[in-house]
Amino acid sequence: MEKRAIFNSKLFPYFFLAPQLLISFAFFFWPALIAIWQSFQEEDAFGLNTEFVWFDNYIEIFKDSNYITAIIVTIIFSISVTAICLIFSLFLAGLANKIKAGKIFYQTLIICPYAVAPAIAGVLWFFLFSPSIGYLANILIKNDIHWNPSLNGNHALILIILSASWKQISYNFLFYLASLQSIPKSLLEAASIDGASPLRRFFDIIIPMISPTTFFLFIMNMIYTFFDTFGIIYTTTHGGPGYSTTNLVYKVYVDGIVNLNLGSSSAQSVILMIFVSFITILHFRFVEKKVHY
Amino acid sequence: MEENQKFSTALSHFILIIGIIIITFPIYYALVTSSQSLQTVLSGKTTLLPGGNFLENYKEIFSTNKNIIQGISIWRLLLNSLIVTICITFGKTIISIMSAYAIVYFKFPFQKTAFALIFLTLMLPIEVRIVPTFQMASSLNFLDSYQGLSVPLIASATATFLFRQFFMSIPDELCEAARIDGAGPLRFFFDTILPLSKTSIAALFVILFIYGWNQYLWPLLITTKQSMGTIIIALTQMIANDGTTPWHLVMGVALIAMLPPILVVVLMQKWFVKGLIDSEK
Repeated sequence: MEKRAIFNSKLFPYFFLAPQLLISFAFFFWPALIAIWQSFQEEDAFGLNTEFVWFDNYIEIFKDSNYITAIIVTIIFSISVTAICLIFSLFLAGLANKIKAGKIFYQTLIICPYAVAPAIAGVLWFFLFSPSIGYLANILIKNDIHWNPSLNGNHALILIILSASWKQISYNFLFYLASLQSIPKSLLEAASIDGASPLRRFFDIIIPMISPTTFFLFIMNMIYTFFDTFGIIYTTTHGGPGYSTTNLVYKVYVDGIVNLNLGSSSAQSVILMIFVSFITILHFRFVEKKVHY
Repeated sequence: MEENQKFSTALSHFILIIGIIIITFPIYYALVTSSQSLQTVLSGKTTLLPGGNFLENYKEIFSTNKNIIQGISIWRLLLNSLIVTICITFGKTIISIMSAYAIVYFKFPFQKTAFALIFLTLMLPIEVRIVPTFQMASSLNFLDSYQGLSVPLIASATATFLFRQFFMSIPDELCEAARIDGAGPLRFFFDTILPLSKTSIAALFVILFIYGWNQYLWPLLITTKQSMGTIIIALTQMIANDGTTPWHLVMGVALIAMLPPILVVVLMQKWFVKGLIDSEK
């Protein structure tokens, strides 16, 4: 869609676009190009010589068992967080949509975790689950569970899943609540008069009506667990023990900044860029269908 | 039937309250811990009720001579966080509203290209270009500076799209009328567009404030001096691996660090919810 009334000016639009495009070039496109360039190169151990090695870095990545582990961790992590957030927040939003009094009170408290930084969320949950001092860790240990996320990879994974889900429930809740509120009351009443039980109404009317929101939230939760959980992983497990909580983004950081392996880190970056592009296109295809201007 | 309705409402409230207890528990427990002595915390016998060291602990955190981490007072860290957040929030809003205005209200060569380039930035979150972005910033002498902490983060496609979408919904007649009155693009922007965008700006403010305040990976890379750290960076540096972490103070600082964004969200809740849901359309 285009505006009918537009201004004619040769320089004006460029002047207004300049700040955004300049910053985008300096900090988005140029670094992205460098990453692509570096992903085809290999530095020797002293950083003196670089050699153009075609796809060697990519081949090595997929031979690296730690990278395969990171892919598996990323998948388990994002699917778990997505599932927990969708189910728990739909449940809460459904209840909040039913009641009349106090809706704002509940909403206010439920959105608080959204404002908490991932790194702070990590610190809070790390403390709650610290063996011998954390409240929740002590409950587990009292019940004969040998809880120790710094030694047990599964425990560490549970810890980051819980922390990440906690932060993202607010977001899911707000979208589900808005979506539920937009379902026409008459539809549910009609079904009710026809004798549909609440459970029937939920599965046959509500679930299909909110499915666009569910798909949207699924994508947003995936993007969130992929890219916004660095602070959580950094403050709870540092990707460990071993590589058991290192997701793909965390591995880019470790290989690039800690191990200074630029070739490998860049190749991993490029793989992630391809992945984000795919998700973004999927997202916008879907949005185009849903929203009619 | 009526009884049934009452029971179901009461049950809904009951389950919601349990949900809220679960959701707010980590924050509540941080508050409890920050009111206890370190000894009580380390003994692992912390109860769910606040202890008696609340004032003492917070006095220690806020006292200007006592340092949270190696020579930096918490006031300096809060100031750093505030400056960076304000720069990111205002910077992003300004450059986005400008570029959205150019794209919607003008026809010019390479218009589609410009839009595509802005769209493309969506596909390049900082996490996938960590190393080269860092190299770029360091070659511009951006390390340990407020520019370095904020400028690389202020280009955003999301904000541009939000404004673009809003501008599209403004009736064309307004622009026509302005042109008949002889107003140029600059006057139309300041006299009509900017006042109309107030709600969108307020909504965006909440989202961007949280985004800016809660940054972690980028400040971690770009700051080496502790005096340039943000409050969140400093908080995570208080945690030691050798068991000497002052947990009672860490929890106090954590609460202080999460308070500004929580206040912004809660006080501007209406705009926040609207902005969040609109910006994703």
